[in-house]
Amino acid sequence: MTNSETEARTFRMHVNLGPQHPSTHGVLHLELEMYGEYVLGIDPVLGYGHRMHEKMAETRPWQSFFANTPRIDYACSLPHSHCYASLLEQALDIEVPARARSLRIITSELNRITSHLLWVGAFLLDLGAFTPILYCFDDREQAVDILEHITGNRLTHAYMCAGGVMADADDAILRKTRKFIQRMRGRFQIYDRLITNNIIFVTRTRDIGIITPDLARAYGATGPVLRGSGVPCDIRKIAPYGGYDDFEFDVPLGSNGDCLDRYSVRLQEMRQSLNIIEQALDQLPGGPVRAKVPRKFKPAPGHYSFSVEGARGDVTYWAVSDGSEIPYRLKIRSACMANLSLFPELCQGMLLADLISTLGSLDLVIPEIDR
Amino acid sequence: MDSETTIRIFISVVLVAGFVFANATVMGYLERKLAGHFQRRLGPMEVGWHGILQMPIDGIKLLGKRMLIPKQAEGLIFRLAPVISLSPVLLPLMVIPFSPALQVVDMKVGLIFVLAIEAFGTIAVFLAGWSSNNKYAMMGALRSVAQNIAYEIPILMVALSVALLARSFSLREIVMSQAALWFIVLQPLGFLIYMVAGLSECNRAPFDLPEAESELTAGYLTEYSGIAFSLFMIAEYTHMFIICCLATVLFLGGWQGPELPWAEYSSAIWFLIKAYGLMFCMVWVRWTFPRVRYDQLMNFAWKYLIPFALVNLFVTALGVYIYEKLFS
Repeated sequence: MTNSETEARTFRMHVNLGPQHPSTHGVLHLELEMYGEYVLGIDPVLGYGHRMHEKMAETRPWQSFFANTPRIDYACSLPHSHCYASLLEQALDIEVPARARSLRIITSELNRITSHLLWVGAFLLDLGAFTPILYCFDDREQAVDILEHITGNRLTHAYMCAGGVMADADDAILRKTRKFIQRMRGRFQIYDRLITNNIIFVTRTRDIGIITPDLARAYGATGPVLRGSGVPCDIRKIAPYGGYDDFEFDVPLGSNGDCLDRYSVRLQEMRQSLNIIEQALDQLPGGPVRAKVPRKFKPAPGHYSFSVEGARGDVTYWAVSDGSEIPYRLKIRSACMANLSLFPELCQGMLLADLISTLGSLDLVIPEIDR
Repeated sequence: MDSETTIRIFISVVLVAGFVFANATVMGYLERKLAGHFQRRLGPMEVGWHGILQMPIDGIKLLGKRMLIPKQAEGLIFRLAPVISLSPVLLPLMVIPFSPALQVVDMKVGLIFVLAIEAFGTIAVFLAGWSSNNKYAMMGALRSVAQNIAYEIPILMVALSVALLARSFSLREIVMSQAALWFIVLQPLGFLIYMVAGLSECNRAPFDLPEAESELTAGYLTEYSGIAFSLFMIAEYTHMFIICCLATVLFLGGWQGPELPWAEYSSAIWFLIKAYGLMFCMVWVRWTFPRVRYDQLMNFAWKYLIPFALVNLFVTALGVYIYEKLFS
């Protein structure tokens, strides 16, 4: 009996969702076992975007990996650079100037906003609404313009370096950032009217894809996926780094763990990021933006690790040094891999449409998983 | 049938076919332009003044494209489906009274005729999805059939309520009987039910499940390209136009409006303004709302629309009965 005959007899279908599918956001490939509209089993297939970042790190001097860090998670690249820079500073015992610390936080939080805005648009696209993504891109464009001015890039910001940041921000762009904060706060009302209060949106997301705190913990989920389930876990709060403890901000939490919670957590996180940026701008110190660093990096033998909070969750870099100029090993832990790993268990028996909205709510950047 | 009628029908068919393509062009342009403005951008701007020639150019482009037929598809049915989808949408335009004089045939059962012919569209969608030999297309086709069966019923029941009020199935007489009062005043619930079910009937967002691009890539359209694809699109826009025309006839008083010179013909302007106004609302809804889920859609039809349409029908029947007892 051929495969199609089996399918005809049991009404079961084997469907390849992706790697070329409008809502897998890149090259995620899901092998679905379906019964009509229901999904019985999911098997994610990864590796279409593998670029050997970790291996590349093992072949070049320590500083050279700064070219790779923004390209790991292109939607929210600065936290990755932030993490690697902090790891090197920790290993080499470099003190970062105060102004550079503030600029790092300002740019990282702006990057978090651009990433979440992109997500809101793409999530609504998964739900079949085309208009919100253009509103989101309208706002994202403003933030990206600011980031371009400060960092020199629009997407893969090569801004952070060991000992500080590459360039200082001038007053004009800081004023523009303040304007952006004002504008963005008003824009949330539009999002609430267009999306949050939309009855179809709420019925499509409420009680869909409920991640219990236990499930999230079991798979090591982090970021808004974990906080949507009500677990207060934010590296910026529980292990403050780079001066985050100087600022006041809340960690938004969901209660139910459904797609709607993950949406509202991300929306509130953008407001909190705006608060952080505003405080950082208010108390922005003067001075240099880059500390003196040795010409060649030769960290003492041993292993080092550092964690920061990216837009998708915990970003951890773990490096082993053998005392030479080249890392012996660099292991990157990105949030999306763990967030995706709970997906097959979460989505068994779901409708196809719910599977898509749950997949969207995890905010996956596939090249970050593959690396 | 005398020769005058034959000539009249022949000319009308040519005009209607021309109108179908004109409508698809205008609506295609309007949809993209309106979508652009809803989304804070300009829409087509390059070809002609404000992109006004964009749709003809796109039509030519689609004509020039090769129509790919998958090897394992049912070739004949695959080719036939776009034609089947287009042909039935021409027929209802024959009985719709655009103005007192602009109507090809006035059928006694015009209303039933329109609704019956419209249902053909589903068959084309099903054939397209089934013959494509593609799982996404098949799922889109199955969704389309279930959806259309569910939403045909409320439309029929609402149409029946209007027919009760007008005491006729003839579209012309339905319009005539609204000279004093448009039926939207007597049937506000009926109008709402009709428009919601109508959106679903022509597979428009938020009920565009057969072609839900984020779930089924493009549903039944997945394997279609070139002219076959554009035939489906033309059929969709015409379908939309018919739904709105019927709404105009049933609820908005058809061609009725302030008196114009040569009212026999020129009152078609009022008709078209109303119909395109409704189309504008359809475009507006499409670019505002996310898509509903498949089971929510079915639940909505069976749990809300059909019961309410039944109640509406019952109340209308009762009202007509009491009215006649009192005043005759």
